[in-house]
Amino acid sequence: MSRFAQYLIAAAALAAGLCAHASPLPMHLRDTGLSDARNLSFSPQYPLWSDGAHKRRWIYLPPGTAIDASRPDAWEFPAGTRLWKEFALSGPVETRFIERLPDGTWRYATYIWNEEGTDATLAPAEGVAALPNRDGYSIPSESDCRACHESAAVPVLGFSALQLSSDRDPLAPHADARSDVDLDALVSRGLVKNLSAGATRPRIEASSPIERAVLGYLHGNCGHCHNDTETRVPVDLTLAESVLGGAASSDHVLRSLLNVRSRFLARVSSRDSQRQMPPLGTRLIDVEALALLERWISEKSSTTEESKP
Amino acid sequence: MNRLKQTSVWPVTGMLMLGAITLATEPARAADGDAAKIARGKYLVTTAACNDCHTPWHVGPAGPEPDMSRMLSGHPQSVVIAQPAKLPPGPWTLAAAPTNTAWSGAWGVSFTANLTPDAETGLGKWTQATFMQAIRTGRHMGRGRQILPPMPFAMYRNFTDEDLGAIYSYLRSIPPIRNRVPEPLPPSAVSVTAAAAEK
Repeated sequence: MSRFAQYLIAAAALAAGLCAHASPLPMHLRDTGLSDARNLSFSPQYPLWSDGAHKRRWIYLPPGTAIDASRPDAWEFPAGTRLWKEFALSGPVETRFIERLPDGTWRYATYIWNEEGTDATLAPAEGVAALPNRDGYSIPSESDCRACHESAAVPVLGFSALQLSSDRDPLAPHADARSDVDLDALVSRGLVKNLSAGATRPRIEASSPIERAVLGYLHGNCGHCHNDTETRVPVDLTLAESVLGGAASSDHVLRSLLNVRSRFLARVSSRDSQRQMPPLGTRLIDVEALALLERWISEKSSTTEESKP
Repeated sequence: MNRLKQTSVWPVTGMLMLGAITLATEPARAADGDAAKIARGKYLVTTAACNDCHTPWHVGPAGPEPDMSRMLSGHPQSVVIAQPAKLPPGPWTLAAAPTNTAWSGAWGVSFTANLTPDAETGLGKWTQATFMQAIRTGRHMGRGRQILPPMPFAMYRNFTDEDLGAIYSYLRSIPPIRNRVPEPLPPSAVSVTAAAAEK
């Protein structure tokens, strides 16, 4: 092939890539592909606290594609990947949707269900401060979506080796066991590839079952901002777990957390919008998790004190 | 053969010289670019009135003015404010401290941030992405609590990426000042105080 022909092909490929922009977001949830029979339901073992809302989640991977797990803590999702998360109180309230576009970027949207639960329409990008007739329930803005999802190594937060590990944590607060797939199933079906042998059944290393559940809760609720990636929040507090090496390591989490234990508990037990942690997506204290955290910190503090010479 | 050697050596030598000149001028160009970017950032910071609130004011020879020895270091940690302002009767909604760095209103009390590159108390650990997200989202560090009035992020979010990058570069270039700005006082403190005052 001549050099000129190669240039022409390269130029055509570049033009095709530039033109491969995404279509506008559908106005109705039903048009996002949610009813596709190929969608898989999944359930992270350490879910984000959402004020007690019942949540269901699905993922769609384009046919013939797979997730590249070469980096065990930062899976590479193929273009065209879609994920949904439904939030329900007495009935469905909202369904959040994220999609990976052909250029590798992600887009985020929320669909609000009508009171009859028969249709869900696209929410405004600026969100909704308080839904009518929903007791002040708020819809996040698109920038709020990015604030949490894009602080982590990968914007998909609940679909990872640790979250889908088949070695599930029985003490994890609010975990839901119902799902189509876990990590074992994804690997055996060829939907997750290049996962290192040591990361196939990740489990947080901890000194007790309670500590394991605490560290998992912190990973699922705080680790997307408080991590060690370049996109983290600029605070010296790492609460994300890693499966590198096969087992999740927790020493760094223990050290950084115990150094700020009083401030940490004050923020977790607050819902003053200027002080609370997490800062987004919750108006109610997670009482069950708070009790778990207080118990663990108390035990850990006394152990630490006792171990001093 | 000798002639061929001679004619082939000169282009190579010329290319090497050109490469050397290019390599030598690259850092200079980068420095020029950085200088221009910082200068642009300084222009934007000074014209967008950042010093009005983020530099503590004092009374100078000509009257109140920003104390540029504490340039952009935010509300001084030595100026302790534990209570919101008690507003006089009339159509007043907010009050400011003499330093112009603490503001009391319906949101509680807000304190202007330390924008110097001090690693522990300023923006030293912020990346450009963090800075841009903060302005774009109106959230502290781009992810946390809402940034409070009177910070005009709703207008500043209209800066271009290029301008925000220039502002960030300028803020990285100024002297770091260690000054730990307090966290905002919550609205509940205002309510409690107001309720107590009414009794």
